[in-house]
Amino acid sequence: MSACALLIDFGSTYTKLRAIDLDARRILGSGQGPSTVTSDIMIGMKAALADLEKRLGTLPRFKYRLASSSAAGGLRMVTVGLVRELTAEAARRAALGAGARLVGTFAYRLTKGDVEQIVALAPDILLLAGGTDGGNSAVILHNAAALGRSALACPVVLAGNRSAADDAVALLGTREVIACENVMPEFNQLNIEAARAAIRKVFIDRIVHAKGIDRAHAEFDEVLMPTPAAVLEGVKLLADGCAGVSGLGPLLVVDPGGATTDVHSVASGEPSVAGVIPQGLPEPRVKRTVEGDLGMRHNAATIVEAVGLERIAADARLAPTRALALLDLIGRNMERLPQSAEEAALDQALVRTSVKLAVARHCGNLETVFTATGPVTVQHGKDLSNVGAVIGTGGALVHSRDARAVMEMALADAAEPLSLRPKQPKLLLDREYLLYACGLLGAVEPQAALELALAHLEPIDTEVPHE
Amino acid sequence: MSTKQKVLVTGVIGSDTHIVGNRILSMALEAAGYKVIALGALTPAVDFVKAAVETAADAIMVSSLYGQGELDCRGFRDLCVEAGLDDILLYLGGNLVVGKQAWPEVERRFLDMGFDRAAPPGTRIETVIEWLGRDFAARDRRPHPRKA
Ligand code: B12
Repeated sequence: MSACALLIDFGSTYTKLRAIDLDARRILGSGQGPSTVTSDIMIGMKAALADLEKRLGTLPRFKYRLASSSAAGGLRMVTVGLVRELTAEAARRAALGAGARLVGTFAYRLTKGDVEQIVALAPDILLLAGGTDGGNSAVILHNAAALGRSALACPVVLAGNRSAADDAVALLGTREVIACENVMPEFNQLNIEAARAAIRKVFIDRIVHAKGIDRAHAEFDEVLMPTPAAVLEGVKLLADGCAGVSGLGPLLVVDPGGATTDVHSVASGEPSVAGVIPQGLPEPRVKRTVEGDLGMRHNAATIVEAVGLERIAADARLAPTRALALLDLIGRNMERLPQSAEEAALDQALVRTSVKLAVARHCGNLETVFTATGPVTVQHGKDLSNVGAVIGTGGALVHSRDARAVMEMALADAAEPLSLRPKQPKLLLDREYLLYACGLLGAVEPQAALELALAHLEPIDTEVPHE
Repeated sequence: MSTKQKVLVTGVIGSDTHIVGNRILSMALEAAGYKVIALGALTPAVDFVKAAVETAADAIMVSSLYGQGELDCRGFRDLCVEAGLDDILLYLGGNLVVGKQAWPEVERRFLDMGFDRAAPPGTRIETVIEWLGRDFAARDRRPHPRKA
């Protein structure tokens, strides 16, 4: 029998398993149980294992049993920085890149009200930044003191002005503080790796226990990271490849979910057209954005709000009143799956809109600035027009009756020439929900992980690009 | 000069692309021992201020060459005050206005706007370095440190 791996996702709704034959680069089978982190995680885990066993006959001996988790609200984080577009933004990006769910972002001096709000949010981790190295220390020290005096119980990752770090640690008091490199050591220089690593470490050392996930420790070896981070790791491996196997190159992944729509990209994002001047904070090559207002179930109302009921209804070929009635149905039951052709059509319109808006926000934009010598084109954000592949993942996309029609919404549109969305990428569907598994497995056997993902991503034929 | 290395933010304001003088100035200031945060050409006024906040800059050196200086720099000191940089040293230089106008009058206009010094066209770098040395020394002699 060849070596096998078990990959576990302790999700917010389900406990999902993938059993992999490492030598054959093949999925042996999948299992699923409910998510029971809030009561006893073992109930869901046992149900998922039983489900898997039913499909496989017998469970093999697993060489690796690796888990990720987005259960119990995910990795809930608050970030604090100084200037909103500078260190506060860098802190936000570090947290998102670590797979966090951002529940609050703050800038400048924290007021009493801010601190009360942070304490009430009760995040799992707070990331405190502010000031370049040798730069402003007054604000981070003020904020450290304010948090130090507060009832905030969670660990703090400190990633601000190096010159203020020792004093900030002292001011933060007795709570656990992990000091690491500044998210912006020099002006406009983004440095989020150290903070990401520190967040990941706190997650493994503390949060996994705090959330009760480690009660299932008999059934796994390690919880390596939050699930969104596992997806991001998988995406990175797919893009960059590993020793011996080349990856797909620059790519974009869209993951429309029940509560949010996530977009990941691995690409430098530099201007693809000569003469265009990039502006603003440098972009991370590996970037994750989360659209909290675009969720197929929990935020269906805000999707509709964003483009208007008329547009959604027209896209679903439903009368607006009918669409409204169906939206009401979804609103009252978040777990509801489409039960009629009309409901499926509405879901299709919602997921198309989510993908379109989320990818448009993730990708950069061009802007024309008129100067004395004539127009100059500047770029905000990443230019992703030349990425070679766009991958779709997540239940809403996989279960769509026409996944291509959804994924096309991620593409550039001649009607919006300033949006730097992918022009002619290959479209691939992650039908087996493998990206998280690829990210986890990549930590121990990158080549097997990569070849597994490459073998299972399903090409979606595209028509002649719609110009 | 006090022990801490002084931090200067430089850039060319507004839609102005004349980068040469600003770059020479930035390099010379770095060689003179300052830490220079160079924002380059086409820099909006607010970006100078944001950079100065994060880096706890001691001075902002604004270049304006293309003749729109007066428009671009209006309210610059107010922006600084708004961001908590009440007392930051503000210099301006280049070709500040269009056409031939008497310098003392032009200078007055910019000093009234809240700049500490305005440099006429052709100002030599040595002069700028000398001004900085003097102005910082004067500030460091003040009884209370102004900056956190
Ligand atoms: C080269 C040049 C260009 C190049 C710029 C190339 C580039 N990317 O840098 C190009 C061809 C693109 C150009 C375009 C234009 N230009 Co032109 N250009 C010049 C020129 C010939 C030289 C500028 C230069 O590099 N000087 C050399 C450097 C070393 O000197 P400096 O910039 O003055 O800087 C020194 C000092 O001023 C000082 N200093 C500079 N900044 C600061 C800041 C502080 C705080 C301090 C204390 C000191 C200081 O220190 C520097 C070193 O000693 C000048 C004329 C001139 N001889 O100055 C015109 C000039 C600046 N341009 C001018 C004009 C009108 C334009 C255009 C509007 C023309 C047009 N209609 O298209 C455009 C504007 C483009 C734009 N949007 O910015 C006018 C400005 C008129 C005015 N202010 O009243 C000038 C003065 C020519 C003229 N006599 O009419 N230009």
